[in-house]
Amino acid sequence: MSKLYSGAEIVFKCLEDQGVDTIFGYPGGAVLPIYDELKNFSSVKHYLVRHEQGAGHAAEGYARSSGKPGVALVTSGPGATNIVTALTDAYMDSIPIVCISGQVPTHLIGTDAFQEADTTGITRPCTKHNWLVKDVKNLAKVIHRAFEVATTGRPGPVLIDIPKDVQFQKTSYTKYKKQKKLNGKAKNNFKQNEIDELIKLMSNSSKPIFYTGGGVINSGPKASTLLRELVYATGFPITSTLQGLGAFPGNDNQFVGMLGMHGTYEANNAMHDCDLMINVGARFDDRITGKIDEFSPKSKKVHIDIDPSSINKNVKVDLPIIGDVGEVINATLKTIKKKKPSFAKSNKQKISKWWEKIEKWRSVCSLDYINSEETIKPQYAVQRLYELTKDKDTFITTEVGQHQMWAAQHYKFDKPNRWMTSGGLGTMGYGLPAAIGVQVAHPSKLVVDIAGEASVLMTMQEMSTAVQYSLPIKIFILNNEYMGMVRQWQELLHDKNYSESYTAALPDFVKLAEAYGCVGIRASTPEELDDKIIEMLNTERPVIFDCRVDKIENCFPMIPSGKPHNQMLLGPNDQKDKKITGKGKTLV
Amino acid sequence: MAKAKSAYSIPGKKGKLDTHIIVVWVDNEAGVLARVVGLFSGRGYNIESLAVAEVDPKLNISRITIVTTGTPQVIEQIKLQLKKLIPVHKVADFMRNDKKVIFKEMALFKVVGNSSKRKKALNACKKYNAVILDKTNKSCVIQITAMRREIDLMAKNLKRLGLVSLSRTGAVAMTRGADTFR
Repeated sequence: MSKLYSGAEIVFKCLEDQGVDTIFGYPGGAVLPIYDELKNFSSVKHYLVRHEQGAGHAAEGYARSSGKPGVALVTSGPGATNIVTALTDAYMDSIPIVCISGQVPTHLIGTDAFQEADTTGITRPCTKHNWLVKDVKNLAKVIHRAFEVATTGRPGPVLIDIPKDVQFQKTSYTKYKKQKKLNGKAKNNFKQNEIDELIKLMSNSSKPIFYTGGGVINSGPKASTLLRELVYATGFPITSTLQGLGAFPGNDNQFVGMLGMHGTYEANNAMHDCDLMINVGARFDDRITGKIDEFSPKSKKVHIDIDPSSINKNVKVDLPIIGDVGEVINATLKTIKKKKPSFAKSNKQKISKWWEKIEKWRSVCSLDYINSEETIKPQYAVQRLYELTKDKDTFITTEVGQHQMWAAQHYKFDKPNRWMTSGGLGTMGYGLPAAIGVQVAHPSKLVVDIAGEASVLMTMQEMSTAVQYSLPIKIFILNNEYMGMVRQWQELLHDKNYSESYTAALPDFVKLAEAYGCVGIRASTPEELDDKIIEMLNTERPVIFDCRVDKIENCFPMIPSGKPHNQMLLGPNDQKDKKITGKGKTLV
Repeated sequence: MAKAKSAYSIPGKKGKLDTHIIVVWVDNEAGVLARVVGLFSGRGYNIESLAVAEVDPKLNISRITIVTTGTPQVIEQIKLQLKKLIPVHKVADFMRNDKKVIFKEMALFKVVGNSSKRKKALNACKKYNAVILDKTNKSCVIQITAMRREIDLMAKNLKRLGLVSLSRTGAVAMTRGADTFR
């Protein structure tokens, strides 16, 4: 008879077979048997966080930067409810996370037992799928299936709820061989005639644009390489969503910058005026489209996406191509090479007028700001950080708010998986724990969390985790003492009634760093900024960098209230001319 | 409304609403109905009626029939979102006025009154396959199978004939002819 293993052992057997070497978690009553087994499985390293939300975001950072699924282990009840934010975040941004939660013993389920919560009920709408395992015989099958669901098709979080008695029960285990296959829900059966149609549209277009998103990153580094090939082969301009940054080099001339609410003037105008929009792995999010009735009115729209439900959800498209982004681009490139080897050349003339127009928009320099010699402008801080770290293969995470948009605008990424930000859910407090996950996945790389002082305080406790494991993450706080984005909207929409958006009592971040056992650095003038950043980069321990920036700077350009892409606010001066009035006030 | 301020766009034009019958074949496992129903409530889709039961004990398959209304775009989203659920095998979609599909609902009427009233009630139900399931000298329980609107009408008409209690199922659907939905 084959050897019998306990449920807790099977958890680790499965993790081993799935190639998991890192988990983030927090122990508690209902997962003690699993934690007890940890010592017997040296191939799995556990990182103890300070709050389960931190475990979730760390797993997200790990997954985004490595392309592998992130794994989190939490206890029942509050352990599970604490990770709900991170699961929802991963669901919105399509990040593969496998969350294992403990549950009260099966005979106590439904009795309002201590630390009991309906975990599968609570997480049902924020996971791709979840399982409550009531019989140890199903455990291995469920865990392997969970990894398959999380990582195939459009990736996302899954949760496995394991009652404590199941963790003790014994059964046999057969080694699992990972198979390369789609889970039956993922569709990748696009047709060659769709590719032909796409190429026909491309050759007929005189004002084309690529609009790329997180799907390119999720499809793997190969997809980014292929995308670059395709963009160079066609000579078309390319813009990217927040999540897609890095798939195409940010400093390339064909890249017109990020689009959307705080996108560049040239990107949004090109989206509005184009005659062909090729959406590659993006989802027509409302921060991208602005006013949907006037969104890119004159264009034919192509949508390449692995998720059929993304097609026609927000914007009606003319040519949907359902499949893995990388494979669709590959097929497109192959067809171009075979049928139209001189595509770029023959096309150049046709789209030259379009490029002239784009260059005109570009000359507006919409990301410009009025610099100061007295105070550090937040944009300047991000620019200096970029200049001083661009040669280092840096990984950037962010929190949510103005600093996030400034980071997206002024930090230029040239590789995928280097940019981790909470886009869909907009989770303040994401960046610090995510940076921990990134640093765990890439121990020797530079990891910087561009943060706001309000966001970072939401998960500040994870500094303790960074110190415990000597993870030299750099928390670069653009400290303006305000919830900047909230303040900006109150300024624009609520007659400068800054209701509760000022934090009147902030900690001294330098002393806080020292209290955590890491290094605190403060910069207050533009003059000292470079030296301080260099000091931060030369520190081999975790750093909290308190960058005191201009308190009232706003994030521009901006698509203002109720306006389509071609009516952007460019800056504080522009705003006076286009004051938001009447009906426009109801929207942003 | 003029003073109201929002961070989001105003709703666009609402399209025409159609009634559809969505049939979903799912693994009969714990929580599967909650997944389907939760998808509808979470995304703001409407459920007019719902019928669910296991249809294949061997393969462990349940069949869920949902009557819903929505714009063509919403109906399309409902189908695509349903297909993404892991325990869902296939999804069929029929228009209510589709001649190739049979729709039926069942209703139970409890009528209390003298024999003449009860007789009138039974007569009124005749064209909907009326069956008397229970009879006393004061009351009877009548079962009918019909379309939703017909049952609505009957419920209204039977009121004056002593209808005291009404219980009804959601719609179930099946295609006509030899073909089955794949």
